[in-house]
Amino acid sequence: MQDLLYFFQQLINGLTIGSTYALIAIGYTMVYGIIGMINFAHGEVYMIGAYTALIAITGLATLGIAWLPLVLIVALICAVIVSSSMGWAVERVAYRPVRGRHRLIPLISAIGMSIFLQNYVHLAQGSRNIGFPALIEGGFQFGSEDTFPMSISYIQITIFITTLICMTALSLFISRSRIGRACRAVSQDLGMANLLGIDTNRIISATFVIGAALAAVAGLLLGMYYGSVDPLFGFIAGLKAFTAAVLGGIGSIPGAMLGGLILGVAESMTSGYLSGEYKDVVSFSLLILILLFKPTGLLGKPEVEKI
Amino acid sequence: MAANNFRHALFCAIITLIISYPIIGFNLEAQGISVTLTGADTSTVVLVLLAAVVVFLFQLFRDQIMGGLKSIPSPMPKTQKEPMAENKRAKIESWVLTGIVVLALFWPFFVSRGAVDLATLVLIYVMLALGLNVVVGLAGLLDLGYVAFYAVGAYTFALLSQYAGISFWMALPIGACLAALFGLVLGFPVLRLRGDYLAIVTLGFGEIIRILLNNWTAVTGGPNGIGGIPDPTLFGMEFGRRVREEGNTSFHETFGIAYSGEHKVIFLYLIALVLAVITALIIRRFMRMPVGRAWEALREDEIAARSLGLSRTAVKLSAFTIGAFFAGFAGTVFASKQGFISPESFVFLESAIILAIVVLGGMGSQLGVVLAAVAVTILPELAREFSDYRMLVFGAAMVLMMVWRPQGLMPMRRIHIELRRQE
Repeated sequence: MQDLLYFFQQLINGLTIGSTYALIAIGYTMVYGIIGMINFAHGEVYMIGAYTALIAITGLATLGIAWLPLVLIVALICAVIVSSSMGWAVERVAYRPVRGRHRLIPLISAIGMSIFLQNYVHLAQGSRNIGFPALIEGGFQFGSEDTFPMSISYIQITIFITTLICMTALSLFISRSRIGRACRAVSQDLGMANLLGIDTNRIISATFVIGAALAAVAGLLLGMYYGSVDPLFGFIAGLKAFTAAVLGGIGSIPGAMLGGLILGVAESMTSGYLSGEYKDVVSFSLLILILLFKPTGLLGKPEVEKI
Repeated sequence: MAANNFRHALFCAIITLIISYPIIGFNLEAQGISVTLTGADTSTVVLVLLAAVVVFLFQLFRDQIMGGLKSIPSPMPKTQKEPMAENKRAKIESWVLTGIVVLALFWPFFVSRGAVDLATLVLIYVMLALGLNVVVGLAGLLDLGYVAFYAVGAYTFALLSQYAGISFWMALPIGACLAALFGLVLGFPVLRLRGDYLAIVTLGFGEIIRILLNNWTAVTGGPNGIGGIPDPTLFGMEFGRRVREEGNTSFHETFGIAYSGEHKVIFLYLIALVLAVITALIIRRFMRMPVGRAWEALREDEIAARSLGLSRTAVKLSAFTIGAFFAGFAGTVFASKQGFISPESFVFLESAIILAIVVLGGMGSQLGVVLAAVAVTILPELAREFSDYRMLVFGAAMVLMMVWRPQGLMPMRRIHIELRRQE
């Protein structure tokens, strides 16, 4: 019984982390699906979202506003606005001028952008990690105290629900709205969509903005969950999310969700049963293995190289 | 048109404000467990506003500015006369290079110890960049985990000297070969992957190596690193004040001169110089050999190269292994220079710096890469008060290079032979 509870605890922790990975992974997968490049700076956009949320929360606390729903909503809106603008600007400055060149050129440009943004925040806010106030505390407990109590905290529930809302909204947006339809068209054939009168530049910008907005949501949630932020915290999270995107099949939105959840569970099982130090090793090994044996991922379509 | 321009300019200016003001304009300060928020001083806010105004004006008059830039004659007008003949150019270049090497040989005897120490570091970066240049510049494989091979070289020497008492000269080939072996073993499965996947996998590999070094405390000492790595010896002569090992003599006693700490620094510098020159020469040879041509062919067009009968795996693997070999070389020298290594020295940022050197110098171009290595290592030392901005400038420079001059400062010139025109 105790072992079972321990297992479920790891599962829940893993699903919590995994669902935020999925939110970040959407940004990678949508951009890759449309212009075929890895947006290396996406992790930094997420980090900036977390910082903005923290700034907004502290700002409201200084003003004396403490009503929780208001604080959360204001922080969320601020983070989404700043991150989306950042996503837009990054695409405009670093990616649009090099679009269509040799594959490595946009990638190197993206790495440069990632280093730039890390140091931008580092210089403005210092390199030390800063505590993120725990706004949502408490939770449910199962099992008796003397063996192993399994707990689900309210913040975990918040993360699940928020992720679920975001994913549903995104699916509806992609499948129903005009821009969503244009997104799908552009990802199938950019040149053809252009010929048919879709403003592809705008659609590409929109993709970056949507990805960045979801990353900002993840930034706020994970900031509250981990309890601190620092300028480097986007880098590893970005890599993990990229792994999730590849795992699910890059270019596929349901794949990113599935991949995020699987990766989160794999990580928390490693920390729970082996050692927390090796959880990064496990996720990178997972990435390498998937790329070697099933480069298209779980739900991806094989890419045919045309001459 | 003008109204459209105005709207776009206004939009860009607002975006600039949104992405800069919240991050720069407020400072988070952790005091104990509570966090306070303070507004930045007025000058910072003015700077942010100024940036927005500049963006606004630039976007508003974009067409005029861009038109104006084009009409300015370039500082080096294209001459009408024929370009210098290839063999003549090559001759001049080789004379210049020989001159630089000779100068570099005698230079350390006249400058301070710190300068020589820095120069050794520059040479280590030159070696690394030349090695990565084979992988990225020539073969077109983006390797973001290059620092892992550097770590293998450094840790091989450190561990061998600690557990087996092996000297620098023994460890140098062992470290390099072991790094090459790592390159071979890693390269074999991953080289089937497409360019950007390869980049991520190598990045993951680099992180795995670093995490293992950090956590395998029993062998590698974990985050505490390994110290007491011996200095290289010159034919059994040691450079310390006292001889560490039985049977060795010390350098200053053999030649009957006073002991000086500088001897060791200069000796290390000379070793690094010789190794860097050897690296450059070997890679130069490779570039002219069929395998070098095959690297470039595969980089330019993989499908065409394969259809002409080149083995994709063999060609890529050779580039990967050779690159790793020289990283191992550099790692051994680095361990010996520092006398102490820890996983801190082998983070992803290091890979990014080496990559930035290759990109800035011009992918594939040896001279360009060497000059970029010198510039990237020395400039931050010269402008110490701006050292915080070093990485910021790096990132921006990488982006700008890709946008404006992806071929680098000194683009590679393909080595070729011109047939004499029949008279």
